[in-house]
Formats: sequence, structure tokens, C-alpha cells
Amino acid sequence: MKVSNQDLEERIPSYEELEKLENEEAGDRPKWDNKAQYMLTIVGFCVGLGNVWRFPYLCQSHGGGAFMIPFLILLVLEGVPLLHLEFAIGQRLRKGSVGVWSAIHPYLTGIGIGSMCVSFLVSLYYNTIMAWVMWYFFNSFQETLPWSQCPVNANMTGLVSECERSSPVDYYWYRETLNTTPDIDNTGGLQWWMVLCHVSAWALLFICISRGIETTGKAVYITSTLPYAVLTIFLIRGLTLKGSLNGVKFLFTPDMNELMNPTTWLDAGAQVFYSFSLAFGGLLSFSSYNSVHNNCEQDAVIISIVNGATAVYAATVIYTIIGFRATEKFDDCISGNILTLLNTFDLPEGNVTENNYDQVLHSLNGTNPEVIQGLNLKTCDLNSFLSEGVEGTGLAFIVFTEAITKMPVSPVWSVLFFIMLFCLGLSSMFGNIEGVLVPLQDLGVFPKSWPKEAIAGTTCVLCCLVGLIFVQGSGNYWLSLFDSYGGSIPLLIIAFCEMVGVVYLYGIDRFNDDIEFMIGHKPNLFWQITWRFVSPAIMFVIFVFYFITKVQETPMYKAWNPESENFPTLEEKEYPTWIFVIIFILAGIPGLSVPLTAIYKCLRNRCCKKDNEFKQDDLNTIAKQVHLTDEATKNKPDIPETADGR
Amino acid sequence: MLVWILFLLCQVGAPALAQDLCQRDAPNGYKVRISLKTALGEDAYEWNQSEMFFFQATMAFAMRRHFQMETYNVDNIILCVQTSRVSFWFVVTSPDNTTMLIPKADVEKAVRMSRHRINNAFLLSDRTLEFLGIYPTLAAPVNPDTPPWLIVFGVVIGAVCAGIIALLVSSLLQKRRKEKGMTEDGQDEEDMQVKGVENGINLDGTYNRGFTDDDRFTKL
Repeated sequence: MKVSNQDLEERIPSYEELEKLENEEAGDRPKWDNKAQYMLTIVGFCVGLGNVWRFPYLCQSHGGGAFMIPFLILLVLEGVPLLHLEFAIGQRLRKGSVGVWSAIHPYLTGIGIGSMCVSFLVSLYYNTIMAWVMWYFFNSFQETLPWSQCPVNANMTGLVSECERSSPVDYYWYRETLNTTPDIDNTGGLQWWMVLCHVSAWALLFICISRGIETTGKAVYITSTLPYAVLTIFLIRGLTLKGSLNGVKFLFTPDMNELMNPTTWLDAGAQVFYSFSLAFGGLLSFSSYNSVHNNCEQDAVIISIVNGATAVYAATVIYTIIGFRATEKFDDCISGNILTLLNTFDLPEGNVTENNYDQVLHSLNGTNPEVIQGLNLKTCDLNSFLSEGVEGTGLAFIVFTEAITKMPVSPVWSVLFFIMLFCLGLSSMFGNIEGVLVPLQDLGVFPKSWPKEAIAGTTCVLCCLVGLIFVQGSGNYWLSLFDSYGGSIPLLIIAFCEMVGVVYLYGIDRFNDDIEFMIGHKPNLFWQITWRFVSPAIMFVIFVFYFITKVQETPMYKAWNPESENFPTLEEKEYPTWIFVIIFILAGIPGLSVPLTAIYKCLRNRCCKKDNEFKQDDLNTIAKQVHLTDEATKNKPDIPETADGR
Repeated sequence: MLVWILFLLCQVGAPALAQDLCQRDAPNGYKVRISLKTALGEDAYEWNQSEMFFFQATMAFAMRRHFQMETYNVDNIILCVQTSRVSFWFVVTSPDNTTMLIPKADVEKAVRMSRHRINNAFLLSDRTLEFLGIYPTLAAPVNPDTPPWLIVFGVVIGAVCAGIIALLVSSLLQKRRKEKGMTEDGQDEEDMQVKGVENGINLDGTYNRGFTDDDRFTKL
């Protein structure tokens, strides 16, 4: 099945042109210095903060080892085919996201614009997380880490009350770092220390992307490899700590009943999808800088394996440290209870230990039940400590930092951990920004005379200014808003349109031929089935379920409110009504850009009937100029025909 | 003889009197709790009568240090209600009148003043040698003049600024180098261009017009 697509050959380079470009190295598209740079950049883009703080949580909450099954199945059926598709189409058409989609069909330009919008929205808030990581990094160069103890209050009579009621790490995160307001309506003003970190994060990013892949290609040697080194160091350190194996066991203990739960499969699918950074446009761009005969099929398989393996590896490392922390907390809890018992009943030290605690408690409860009741002994449960708040920023900035304070030589571990997070995030930012800069250049937003550094600089300054929303008092709430709505639904729509566009508009037969031209053999049956039916079906199902769930629930957010009743627990609040406008902008505009651009182009085509204009409306990219010039000099007599016909 | 009987009575009565002065929840007494195993682990010494005597001596020292005029003695510190937890109560009597107890507040001041010395005498700390009711004073927070994070931030932002300046300078230099190169063989290129359009089919290579427009782009 194929929708008719006129003039496709006009808009894309032919095989002869591609061979020419390859052999003469003419054309001014940037190139990778070597294959390693390309692979490291892609790995860096795919392996991000989500592998460290989303996957372990999903794994543990959906039945541990059993979660691997839906994850691996969906990785093979959804992740790998989509990845191969993006690599192949980018390598074949040799343009950024807007260029590729408008080349396939002008009406599909909306897909590229949607990708650009999503990349822009995600870049905005992702770099704020980098700013938070930098803040913690700056503060790790002290002997006693500032989040290990509560500060003393103003008149030195005791500890600050907000800190005493919660915990030093919570206080440090919510008060000293974010200075959160109790709800999203109070902006709380800009927090100057965060503004400094925010600006330095964007400045560092600017240096790395200022000349496109010329600079990022060098930066990724460090940013993509350092996280693996740090993870290994943490694994070795973690395994020597007491209680680490409790954590690993907790993570991987399979609970097969979870496989019956549809949410498990949905979450696995969504995680595979977001983990591969599909539909951002960055992968297309990076792949287009490859040589034409690069083996994109092999690359797709390798990247998928690396991404999956990294997720599992990171989860293991994280959970050794979580296991250590949970065991420490459990031991403290039990020791506290034992001490209370010893003090109340004046028993000699050493009479009650962890082993006989339950027995002693039971016998004492028999003899003096009222006294025992009055003591308010805490219930100490290892599993509840293991499942505490271990997702997202809570994992990195609260749970893990607390674990680090309990390790000897804490500043070293803290510095290493935050460098790792920074590198993971920075390498993902390279891909995000690529997905913003290249479409902007293709759309001609910036004057052609501007050098690359100026374009990158202007974009960074603009994003930095807009991103100041996230460094206000209420910034944390805005960030989770952007994360839930900007970075989820639109991507699913765009990815679905991408697949349908390539398979049915570009033509799966043409696509197969392209791949045969590029890598030497036609894609086998597995790819055919997944591209045509399986992957689009999975995307559609995930999209529908996500949409229904999001639309049905009232959007709520969790606020840190010292005046609320269950204080240390976050308060669930409803969003105010004006937020719905923002949600619509975040989720609607990128998603709706696909049909809206198509309608706009259609109307423009109808009302301006000249076919010449239709052709010239195509994007005037540099590669296209090369193509046109070649045509002009080669087929001089033919030009009048192609201008009039059709 | 009478004096001798009176003396005997006093000897018997004194401890009894002392017993009345010192009791559990005495209004002017303090409970002390000692956690030797927690503090010293394997090196914990045994708590016996000699240690109790040492405690009395230390308390007497603390009282003397606080009230510099009065000469307190070991007898002025009365201990009672010992438990195997190792906890006990003590009261302090005045050296002039053994029936009069020193008020709680004064004892507290004396203990606070010499707390560090008392702890060290027993190789313990504020947490393991507890005077219930006398809270340890919190250590004043150390406030360095420049917060350490600003220093690290300064270093990083300095490196970043240096990087940006180096980048801009290098791109300017490249542009200047290219302009110099262009003006030298600009003439030749124009000729080639003209030739290319006229003899397109016969020319060996096609001149890529993309490049001439490109001189203001950064070299990739």
C-alpha cells in the first residue's frame, strides 16, 4: 500500500549523486571524524538520566526481574525497528529532521517542526536539571557535606524546625537548593544561586555545541565514557558495603504476577521509547553526517544492546547503594528502639541485641504493656526503606545523597556521582540541541551570513532566558509539568507519524532499495514485519492508553508545604485552572503541528496555483543547492521541461 | 560515754540521712546514665565502686571549679539508685552543712562548665555520659567567609569564559586567514566559474557553487 507521492525524486538526492558526494567529498555537510565519535555521540544521547533514575524504579516497582521480560520484548519489537528506521532515513536523505520530512512530502514538514518544538521544550527543562547537578557538585567540595546535618536555628537553641521535622537531605534539597514555594501560584522570585548555576550550565553547553559536531565530537570522548567508569567504581565500592546485596536482591526478585498487569507492559513500552530518544530529530541529524554506505542496521542493533545493558547495569549499581542506605536506616531504627528499651527498663547494655529484640519486646509487652505503648517504638521494616522514593530527582538528590553521607570519605563519592550525572545529562543535551539547531537552520530562521557560533550562541541565550522560569521558587513544579506533558504525548504522535510516513508515503519498497544501496543487502523479514505492522501498532496502543490515562485523571502535583498536616510527606494539590492553557501549549502545539502544517501547506498550494512556486517553496537547504547546481550544469537542456511539467 | 554513743548514732544516722537526701526523682538531684559499651566497644572498662568514687571526685572537682571559694569533698557527692544499665542518681550537699542540698540550677552550671573535663575523665562523650536534664550546648556553626561553593563556581565559570574567548578568537583568526586566501586567488575562481557554465559538458569537474557562498560560514 502506498500513497501517491509526486516529485519525490526531485526532492531527494539520487543514488548517483550520493555516490558522487561520497567519492569526491564535495558538499558542505559536516562529517564525523571517525566511527567511534558517531557511536559515542549516539550512545551518549540515548543513555541519559532516565537510565539511572527511571529504569531502576520501574524495574523494582513492576516485579523486579520479571520486568526484564516486557522490557526486552518491547526493546526488540519497538525500539530497534524505530531506531533502524531513523538511522536509515537520515543517512539516505542527508538532512536534519525538517529537511527529511519535507523531502519525503512537503505536507509532512509538520513532523519536523513538531520534533523541533519537542526538542526545544525538553532542552529548556533538561538543562535546569544540569544546573541542579552543578549546584550539588559545587557544594561537594567540603569536608562535611552540607546535606549531612541540619543547620542550627537563629538563636542557637536548637536545629531549624523544618529540618528537624523532615530530614537534613530533604531540607537541603527543598529549602537550600530550590527554596520551594508551597504551591505553583507563588513564584517565589528568582533564586540567585540557582541563576548562577543555570547560566554556567548553558555556558558550558554552548562551548560544547558551538561548532556543531566538530566540537561535540570531541566532547563525547569524555562525556560518554566517564559515566561508565564512575558506575564501575560505584559498583566496586557498593558491593563492599553492608547490605548492598539486599538491594540487588530486592531489585531483581521476580514477581511473575506483574506480567498480567497491563500497566507493566505500558510502562515498559514507554520506557523503551523515551530511553532511545526517538522522534526528537537528533538521531536523524547525527545519522545524516555519516558516509552513505555506513552499516546503519548493525549500528541500530549495537546501540539497542548497549542502551539496554547500560540500563540494567546502572540499576544494579544504584540498588547496591540503595540497599546499603536501607540497611543503615534499618539498623539505626532498631538501635534506637533497643536504646529506648534499655533506658526505660534500666537493663545492662548488650542485653538486648538485634537478634533477640523481638523476643525481649514480646516478653516486656507481656509484663508491662502500658509502658511499652507509651514508648512509641518505631516499626522497622527493611522493605519499606528499600522502596522509599527512588525515582527521578528524589533518587538522585535525596536518597542517593543520603546514602553518600553514610559512606566514608563522602566528598569524593559525591563529586564522582555528580560528575557522572552531569556527563550523562550533557551528552543527552547535545542530541536535544541538535534537534533544535539544525531545523532552525533549515527553516532559514537565521540569516545565512551568520556563522555557526552565532546561531548556537543566540539559541543558548534565548533558552537560558526562557529557562529562568525553572529557577524561581516554584521552578520545580514547572519542571515536572513540562516533563509530564511536553516530553510524552507529542513524542508518541510524532513517532507514529514518522513510521507511517516512511512506510506508506515514502514507500517501503523504495526504503528497502535504499537500504540495499547503502549497506548491500535488503532488510530481512523481521524488519519488514516490524516496520509495516508491529511497531506502529505498539506505538498506537501506547499512545491511546497514555492519552486516556492523562485525560481522565485530574492533573495533580506534589508540593513541599511545611504547613501541611502530614508535613514531611509531599502534599498533593490540584493545578490551578490557568495551567490548562500551558498544558495545551506544551502537549498540543507539537502534536498538532503535524496536521496543522499539512493543512497550511495544502491551502497555500491551492490558493497559489503556480506549480513553480510549489517547487521553490521547498526548503532551500545547502545540500539542495548542490543538487540544483549539479542539475543545472549537467542537464542544461532539460530545465525548461521540469519547470513546466506537472 | 554519752559522747561516744552520740558519735555512734551519728555514724549510723548519717548514711540514713544521706539516703533521705538522695533518692529516685530527688528534687535537687540528677540522674546520670553511662553507656560504656556503646562508647568503647571492646575496650570498655568495668563499672565498679572505684569508678563510682572517681565520679564523686570528678563532681567535687566540678563544684570546686564553679564555686571557687567553697572546698567540696568526695563526701559531698551522694550517689544512690544504681542500676546495671549503669545509671544512678546523685545529689550534692553543701560543705558547710551536710544536710543542706545545693540547688539544681547551681549543680547544672557547674556541670556545664566542666562538662568537657568530666567526659574526658571517663573517656566518654556527651552522648554516652548523659546527665538527664542537662542538654549539651550545640556547637556553633562554622561559617567560612566565602561559601566554598562560590570558590568552585568561580573556577568553573572562569574556565568556561576562557573557553568561550578562545573559541571566538580562533574562529576570527580562521575567518581572517580564509579572507586572505580568497583575495589572492579570487580572480582565478571567477574565471573558472565562467568557464564552467559555458563548457559545462566538457569540463572535467563541476564547480560547486555552494562553496563560494560559503566563505562566511565557519570552516567545518
